[in-house]
Amino acid sequence: MSTPGISLLGSSAILFEAPGETTLLTQQRIWALSREVAGWPETGEAVPGMNNLMLRFARPPRTLDALITRLKVAWEAAEPLPLDGRSIELDVTYGGEGGPHMADVIRHTGLGIDDIVALHTAPDYPVFALGSHPGYCYLGGMDPRLTTPRRQVPVLRIPGGAVSIGGSQTGVSASDGPSGWNTIGTTSAVFFDPAGNPPALFQPGDILRLRAVRVLR
Amino acid sequence: MIEILSDTALATVQDLGRAGSLGAGVGCAGAMDDLALIAGNLLLGNAQGDAAIEVQVFPFQLRFETRLSFALTGADCGATLDGMPLPPWWACTAEAGQVLRLGPPRRGALQASRAYLCLAGGVDVPMMLGSRSTQLRGAFGGFNGRALRRGDRIAAGPATAPLPAGGFGLEPAAIGLALECDRVPALRVLPAAEYDRYTATSQDNLWRAPWRITPQSDRYGYRLAGPALEPLAPIELRSHGIVPGVIQVPHGGQPIVQMRDAQPSGGYPKIGTIIDADLWRLGQAPIGSRVRFVRCSWDEAIAAAEENQRWIARAARLADLYRQHRAAA
Repeated sequence: MSTPGISLLGSSAILFEAPGETTLLTQQRIWALSREVAGWPETGEAVPGMNNLMLRFARPPRTLDALITRLKVAWEAAEPLPLDGRSIELDVTYGGEGGPHMADVIRHTGLGIDDIVALHTAPDYPVFALGSHPGYCYLGGMDPRLTTPRRQVPVLRIPGGAVSIGGSQTGVSASDGPSGWNTIGTTSAVFFDPAGNPPALFQPGDILRLRAVRVLR
Repeated sequence: MIEILSDTALATVQDLGRAGSLGAGVGCAGAMDDLALIAGNLLLGNAQGDAAIEVQVFPFQLRFETRLSFALTGADCGATLDGMPLPPWWACTAEAGQVLRLGPPRRGALQASRAYLCLAGGVDVPMMLGSRSTQLRGAFGGFNGRALRRGDRIAAGPATAPLPAGGFGLEPAAIGLALECDRVPALRVLPAAEYDRYTATSQDNLWRAPWRITPQSDRYGYRLAGPALEPLAPIELRSHGIVPGVIQVPHGGQPIVQMRDAQPSGGYPKIGTIIDADLWRLGQAPIGSRVRFVRCSWDEAIAAAEENQRWIARAARLADLYRQHRAAA
């Protein structure tokens, strides 16, 4: 067991990274830490990531030592905070034009497309955090056999609804935009409404299920 | 009210950016050159963070439908009002029907890439999630969530301070806050989490090499070209929150600096982060030009932010004094 990583993101933010494997239990402690940190005077916004937390400064503190100590103490004290979310199912078409990088995932994992689809649709994916772009969620629970490195050069435009794998993570794109992940399928859903309250369809703690409606070879 | 006459895409409504929705996946957006936006607003007696139009493709033309005071800051685009030249970083009043034209940014030591058109009373678009900045990904904020097009008509809010006849100006921030290293614009950088996981040569190159801004650079990010930055061992990270200014290194080894339209999270290794106080300088650096990274400490980053604040306070004082003096005269 190593110690948490604490590093600077310039003068704008500080990044706290929990040690160990990516787990839901650790994420529940991150949610607890996020709730605690959100009330600190130097915090502009507490932003949970995948087993990590970014504290964006309201204004940068003059010195960092006291803040870093407080972060470490708060992490030690953080008890897992289970969030009871909703369960939402999305229909996915795997492969074909909507999954242009399926071949790369096949090549890297050594698995066939049917195995990849079976492994990818099996889990209940807990929403760990939102990020990347409006309404996008980072999911836990992908089968480690599907792990595929991010692309050497990011793709300039992938469409909304793209289902993709980046490293040991998977996710569904909420709108058109650039991405460094491998797109293996596509789905349709409205993930974000800026006038909504809250604006995002998913919240941390929700459960996402993927259902394969077509597999294109 | 103004009407856009250019087809030119990529001009957008921006303010100082959107805070507080990172946790919903919404990035900051906001002006690439925050000092130019603030200066333009100060000239007009607006609030510092009022929305303006950021122009980055030229020529750009618009017509004033009503009498309206405006300020132009950022890149010196040899602007003309009905053919009459305007000085850079200048505020004045246009009559109804007059046409404002911005040409390509002038070359030279102060060449910049983006111009800011501020309107007295601020650009009047709805506040979305706490900001008037255009959020292109997700298509909301700004003017209907998109870049401006020919025929768009844009309103200004109610102006509070009258502008002296003839207009007046401010010295560009690039003069008062110039920072260079070997005659190349310098950007101060705090090392980030993965800095120690790069080879000594790569670390050295980060600080010593001039980094060229490639044509694949925009409001989302600046892709730089230089010696490849190589990690000691391959790095795969879990996604985490990021900020504009973070210098990410994809597997190819050529760094990408995330800019104002950057997504709020990412997972590429990060070797450093340009401090907030210097990000405007990169936002104005032309495609094809070179920049240098200069390592700095936390104390130096805080001091740099304070220096920018002093520059803004001085500009505010000058603008107020000039307006009062002319009003009394």
